Amino acid sequence: MTALALLGGCILALLGTAGLGALIAQRRGAGARVYGLCLAITAVATLAALASLAAPAEVAAYPIFMPGLGLHLRLDPLAAVFLVIVDLGAAGASLYALGYAAHEKEPRRVLPFYPAFLAAMNLVVLADDAYAFLFGWELMSLASWALVMAHHREAGNARAGYIYIVMASLGTLALIGGFGVLAAGAGGFASAGGGFDFAAMRAAHPGVAQGGIALALVLIGAGSKAGLAPLHVWLPLAHPAAPSHVSALMSGVMTKVAIYGFIRVVFDLLGPAEWWWAMPVLLLGGITAALGVLHALMERDLKRLLACSTIENIGIIFLALGLALAFRANAMPTAAALALTAGLFHAFNHMLFKSVLFFGAGAVLGATGLRDIERLGGLIHRMPVSSAAFLVASMAIAALPPLNGFASEWLLFQAIFISPELPQWGLKIMVPAVGTLLALAAALVAACFVRAYGILYLGRPRGPEAATARETDRYSLAAMIALCALAVLAGLLPGVVIDALAPAVHALAGARMPAQSGGAWLTLVPIADRNSSYNGLMIGLFLALVGLGSAALIHRLAGRRTRRARLWDCGYPGLGPTSQYSAASLSQPLRRVLGAVVFASSERVDMPDPGALRPAGIVKTIHDPAWEGLFAPIGIAVSYAAGKLNHLQFMTIRRYLGAVFVLLVALLLLVGVSG
Amino acid sequence: MHGLAFDIAHMLAGFLVLTSFMMLYQDRLSALINALAIQAAVLGASVAWQAVIQEAPHLYITALLALVFKAVVIPMALRRIIRQLGIHREIETVGGTGLTMLAGIGLVALALQVVLPVTAGSDAVAREDIALALSVVLLGLLMMVTRRNAVSQVVGFMSLENGIVLAATGARGMPLVVEISVAFSVLIAFIVVGIFLFRIRERFDTVDVQALDRFRGERR
Repeated sequence: MTALALLGGCILALLGTAGLGALIAQRRGAGARVYGLCLAITAVATLAALASLAAPAEVAAYPIFMPGLGLHLRLDPLAAVFLVIVDLGAAGASLYALGYAAHEKEPRRVLPFYPAFLAAMNLVVLADDAYAFLFGWELMSLASWALVMAHHREAGNARAGYIYIVMASLGTLALIGGFGVLAAGAGGFASAGGGFDFAAMRAAHPGVAQGGIALALVLIGAGSKAGLAPLHVWLPLAHPAAPSHVSALMSGVMTKVAIYGFIRVVFDLLGPAEWWWAMPVLLLGGITAALGVLHALMERDLKRLLACSTIENIGIIFLALGLALAFRANAMPTAAALALTAGLFHAFNHMLFKSVLFFGAGAVLGATGLRDIERLGGLIHRMPVSSAAFLVASMAIAALPPLNGFASEWLLFQAIFISPELPQWGLKIMVPAVGTLLALAAALVAACFVRAYGILYLGRPRGPEAATARETDRYSLAAMIALCALAVLAGLLPGVVIDALAPAVHALAGARMPAQSGGAWLTLVPIADRNSSYNGLMIGLFLALVGLGSAALIHRLAGRRTRRARLWDCGYPGLGPTSQYSAASLSQPLRRVLGAVVFASSERVDMPDPGALRPAGIVKTIHDPAWEGLFAPIGIAVSYAAGKLNHLQFMTIRRYLGAVFVLLVALLLLVGVSG
Repeated sequence: MHGLAFDIAHMLAGFLVLTSFMMLYQDRLSALINALAIQAAVLGASVAWQAVIQEAPHLYITALLALVFKAVVIPMALRRIIRQLGIHREIETVGGTGLTMLAGIGLVALALQVVLPVTAGSDAVAREDIALALSVVLLGLLMMVTRRNAVSQVVGFMSLENGIVLAATGARGMPLVVEISVAFSVLIAFIVVGIFLFRIRERFDTVDVQALDRFRGERR
């Protein structure tokens, strides 16, 4: 049995599990069965995908689905990379859900859709024709929408689901248009299958104009799913509304499927690139990265904070893809390989640590029932294991060496440093500019996760929920620890991951990064020895040595006796938990400096009139530029047009008939004149 | 033989268009219904001739249906309706007969201009039939648009349907079941419209559709 047949079987098995979930959702132990099956199937799929990372492309066609087109599947190294991301993330989420499912009040709203969601994501990655791709894409949107709506009675979730389905429909519409342009270039309806199979699109190279239109449409379609600014507005609403293991999947995995769609179309199907195609991708990537993390910094809802941070990471990945496009268009394959490797590596890394972070948020939510970090705190004492996992994942996402986030972002910066060799002045100026945005974002992420971790786990509990929290169950902990271990391993041994990505990168960029596993001491050398190199293992060992050594030294010199004394309270008695730093106060300097420009944020002291009995307060207002600059005007325009068109529903019968008649005659005239 | 077959088919179809024009300028309801009956009879003859030259016996059934229902039953029913409504002597003011006729001529020219180039490759009988059938359909629609009286709108609809049947029988190999279902759906539509006419009459004391617009408070 080939790997492709096995993976196709996995999709069918997941769909079968979805059916089973619908049947047994009401019974006891249904969650354990469904998630256990999902875990087993996705584990098999992960192994199959891992085994085919370096295998030659394998195709299969089945005479089902679209008449005249059939169902085409293809397993090439790129698909294998993303299948590893999808199925590893899905396996982690399923393992986590084995424990987390106990919190689910209405399992029949989750159990049927969860396996269908997984199957759809696998189908998108394996699809080799536009119809199967879009079918999988829509199934993915709908299944995840159903999961977002699982807790539809909670305030705000219905609105989140509505905005999500509108944005998903918009994205699919754009993708349909993009594939239509490509199919027209590939022979259109004159060819067998209508030019809709990817093999035909790959063989045909669209012209500059067609390619540009397809790129713009795919950027909208995949970008709206991934959360590219300014199409990111649904993401902080919808991702947190779903149950936590689904949030992890949507943030960590589904956005990667969108990135896969972008890479598949732009790097694989579009053929040779024009250099200016890179510019919108770079610009949007840079803006997304900075905007996403600024949003995350202002956020006080833990899951929304994580969703905003996903936007930032999507920006980083798109930046890498834009760089790879620029290098590839200028026949610099090794540099393109470096940028593309950085992008794919970061996609893999983000899947790992964002899943852990959402699992941690789910553990906190399960233990306290709260997502508002202003009411939590001190959880490190109550939830020691999950707080350790959250810490490792926070360090990884903040790109601290020796963890995996650092490795991929370091590779991306190496690629940015090659950019002065690009011949076009536009790119020469633009790449360092977006590189600056990236550097800003990287620094702000660190601030953001210091804030998140510090407020959540350190200090003293800010409420009774946090004070009485209990550590989460062992399945959830196992999932968090397993993915954390992978994140640490990928950080210590980045060369292994880079070599695993090499076949996929080679197929798309025309070259690969130098083989890393043979180097001395497993040092990472992206270009050549004389430029720069990085050794995660060495840094890890050094940090461990220094850290443990200094800890031992301090303990030896300081003695083991613990003293407890009263805090110095500056002469201000009665320090309570509310006098600690709060999330809002930690981010206040950044909100003043950057928020005033980006979010037009303002603060106002609300002082009650003399004699009024309400407390004084500080009122903060934040405006989302994407929402108010883009979506609100569109909404106003749509409702204005709807109000005007409403008259059409109240015309007289004769006017209706007249309208039909006039339109018919006009169309016939058109045919008559043109024919 | 072939030339003659074509000529007769062409003549019958042309006659159908002529009856459509007759309907356009009839401002008396009873005369309008007579014109509809003539058109249906011509349609029956045309379909029967198609059955002869296509050697398709099932078309005789269609022709018979056209004759019995469209030329006899429906006109009789319509006459009954207008007599019961007491509008059989009424004269409907047709806004600008000359203008309507000119528009109708334009529509026939348009139909010929559209259909003849498109069907260049096909059989001559089918080409002419489809071109003239489209003319009949457009003229029926024109009548529905220009008339105010609900009964004459029904007549326009029936004439439109005659055009559709002509097109369907002119093309070779149209299955009988399609024609029967079209005829049947038109019959149902006729019954429903007939019932509605009485309901409208009961409610508003007129079958002038302007009354409905007034009732809804529409500005004209």
